Amino acid sequence: MITFDKVTKQLGGKTVLNGISFEVPKGETFVIVGLSGAGKSVTLKHMVQLMRPDSGMIRIGDDIINEARGAELERVRRRFGVLFQSAALLKWLTVFENVALPLRELTKMGEEEIEKTVREKLRLLNMEESMDVFPSDLSGGMQKRVGLARAIVMNPEIILYDEPTSGLDPVTSRLIDKLIEDLRRELGITSVVVTHDLHSALAIGTRIMMIDGGEIVENASPEDFIKSNNETVKRFLESQYITRRGAWEKGMEKHV
Amino acid sequence: MIAPFKEIYRYLDLPIRSFRRLGNILLIACHDMGNALIMLASATLYIRTIWKPRARRETAQQLYVTGIKSLGVITVVAFFTGMILALQTGLELRRFGQEVNIGTAVTIVMIREMGPFMTALIIAASVGSAIAAQLGTMAVSEEISALEVMSINPNRFLVMPRLVALAVMMPILTVYTNILGILGGGIVGSTQLGVAFQAYLDNATRYAENKDLYVGLFKAFVFGIIIATVSCYQGLNTTEGAVGVGRATRQTVIISFLMILIVGYMITRLFYI
Ligand SMILES: Nc1ncnc2c1ncn2[C@@H]1O[C@H](COP(=O)(O)OP(=O)(O)OP(=O)(O)O)[C@@H](O)[C@H]1O
Ligand SMILES: [Mg+2]
Repeated sequence: MITFDKVTKQLGGKTVLNGISFEVPKGETFVIVGLSGAGKSVTLKHMVQLMRPDSGMIRIGDDIINEARGAELERVRRRFGVLFQSAALLKWLTVFENVALPLRELTKMGEEEIEKTVREKLRLLNMEESMDVFPSDLSGGMQKRVGLARAIVMNPEIILYDEPTSGLDPVTSRLIDKLIEDLRRELGITSVVVTHDLHSALAIGTRIMMIDGGEIVENASPEDFIKSNNETVKRFLESQYITRRGAWEKGMEKHV
Repeated sequence: MIAPFKEIYRYLDLPIRSFRRLGNILLIACHDMGNALIMLASATLYIRTIWKPRARRETAQQLYVTGIKSLGVITVVAFFTGMILALQTGLELRRFGQEVNIGTAVTIVMIREMGPFMTALIIAASVGSAIAAQLGTMAVSEEISALEVMSINPNRFLVMPRLVALAVMMPILTVYTNILGILGGGIVGSTQLGVAFQAYLDNATRYAENKDLYVGLFKAFVFGIIIATVSCYQGLNTTEGAVGVGRATRQTVIISFLMILIVGYMITRLFYI
């Protein structure tokens, strides 16, 4: 569905992506992990041409997104819903208006239908009560949930999540995990999830890829990922108390 | 390398480096100017969508903000500009017993130059900087990216309403500045220079031509477009977080001031020579 072919990107004189190639299969939940500054957000931005590669090619199905322009670019972008790391809600619009924005701007839907759709998406994320609140009056985690409601309101085929659960409490995090899982299982939606949270990565990912220093160090199924022999991956797993058996040994030992 | 050349090289090093830097600055300026004009053209084309409900509401909101926000400052500045003009010219004219002609002097200077100029400076400093700060904050918190991904064109959604608001409001506010300035001059005339208010007004309307008013308002219109273009461009292209927002705001005010001065001169030159 999404194919990166030898993508290179320099930013501020630094090589952020160093010729990476990978494929996100249709209908899967593809998780990208990596340390802060590894280039995860930059990778996501390339998928919707918020950045263009210095060299290499990015295909979305049969469309080459890094070369698309004008109406063509618009058509490819409409296949996506994006949840940004900072939620990126418009501050002068209420929660309802934020989620309704794409419907109002891009469709011919009547107000009644818009209201129905927006309510439905907000209910999915337990945010229906905050409909008339402005984003600045919400916590970071609540803003993220509204951002997610906006990302799915146009029923996209592909959803990109930049750290959907960071800053969220564990219970709400699992709610988001479940939502991503449901979207895949019931609607066959392809998801790309950037996260630091390995537990959530292992729970929802059908494939996990780790980036470090602009290179792919591992790209495997969750089962194989925790068995990886790569030193960087091992260290990353251990830092979150995950060992080869998939248990949270170090953290648990003390309490058992 | 033999010694004398080394020496020459050392002396040339600074000029060469400065020259290169200047070249870079000019290149960036041309690049920015080109992109800003493309943004302006795109926003202008989108004016055709202004009757859609959301665009209409947003434009009305911007008109209101632009019109109301600086009214207080404009009132004070306009009044005092007229008073200063009357006092300065009045004291000179008094030596020839011509005080009554301050009416003409104040009116012509206000509607030709000072009205549009003063209004533009105030609007650039208040409304222009606010636009740059708002759009700049949006840019660094990924809101502009979010709009782009949703295929909502920022030129239509954000720039167009602000452009229309400034282009419409600047001439209106300039008329207001002109009226207050002329009134201020009249008050100084009657209280300080012994020119009766009625005589001042008669004199004020006798020599000023319609052309003066039209050219002044045309200037104001152009200044409005300049302020909108500079502030929106600076705002949308903000990078590097809160520091970047501060820089965008400052650049907006400086560049607007410079362009208002230069373009103001060129328009005067065009119509009066
Ligand atoms: N617009 C930009 N200009 C210059 N450098 C950038 C830009 N965007 C990102 N970078 C750099 O690219 C590198 C990767 O950034 P990226 O945002 O992809 O990191 P990340 O993996 O998402 O990290 P985090 O987990 O902290 O979000 C960083 O070193 C960052 O400084
Ligand atoms: Mg990131």
